[in-house]
Amino acid sequence: MAVVRRSVIEVRSSEDIVRVRQDVRNSAIAQGFNLVDQTKLVTAASELARNVVQHGGGGTVEIILVNDAGRRGVRLIFADHGPGIPDVEQAMTDGFSTVGGLGLGLGGARRLSNEFRIDTAPGKGTRVTIGRWH
Amino acid sequence: MEKIPILKLGPFLLVTIQVDMHDQLALSLQDELAARIVSTRARGVLIDISALEVVDSFIGRMIGNIAAMARVLDAETVVVGMQPAVAITLVELGLSLDGVRTALNVDSGMALLQERVTAGS
Repeated sequence: MAVVRRSVIEVRSSEDIVRVRQDVRNSAIAQGFNLVDQTKLVTAASELARNVVQHGGGGTVEIILVNDAGRRGVRLIFADHGPGIPDVEQAMTDGFSTVGGLGLGLGGARRLSNEFRIDTAPGKGTRVTIGRWH
Repeated sequence: MEKIPILKLGPFLLVTIQVDMHDQLALSLQDELAARIVSTRARGVLIDISALEVVDSFIGRMIGNIAAMARVLDAETVVVGMQPAVAITLVELGLSLDGVRTALNVDSGMALLQERVTAGS
């Protein structure tokens, strides 16, 4: 697997979430994604970046353009040093929210991605990795 | 401070969202619309999202809130112009925009609102 490009964005505010959407869109375009695939990845990124701001108290989004055996993809890593998630299964359930939202963020982001991985523990922050392939 | 313009067109309010809204901007649009519905006694709100390339759960919730709030204030909301890629993504995200009327474009959205006003008078 070859990393074509890697960049990191700090996310603290809702303006930063807009920037994540723009950078992820540009990365998806650079990797040749069609409009629907771009939109799915950007929407997933928006949900997860908002989690970093709302639950993690800010953090980083890493955007990695990857090529693997002729396939082109984008991998995104959302990391924060917030309180972590005590019950991941519950947090992944549609409709579960601790901030009065719709509770579609994690579950929705998983459905919109080809790869999804979450590493978290109480007090250890949260790290969500998603990938989508062309 | 950036702001999304709300136009008054007869008994209706017309909002065209042309920027990638950050969350605070979406929230202030919601508040502003509530105030304008009351001050103009609007019977309907038409929201054109044809320029929006992403509708995530936050924006989706805002749209649902606006529709619910307008209903309580005796106004109908119609959302028009959703891009196909956005519609596909919204459904996969798990957001069905229940209780929000939609139309393909501004013309048919206006026709929906007109019908409602005519039926009510």
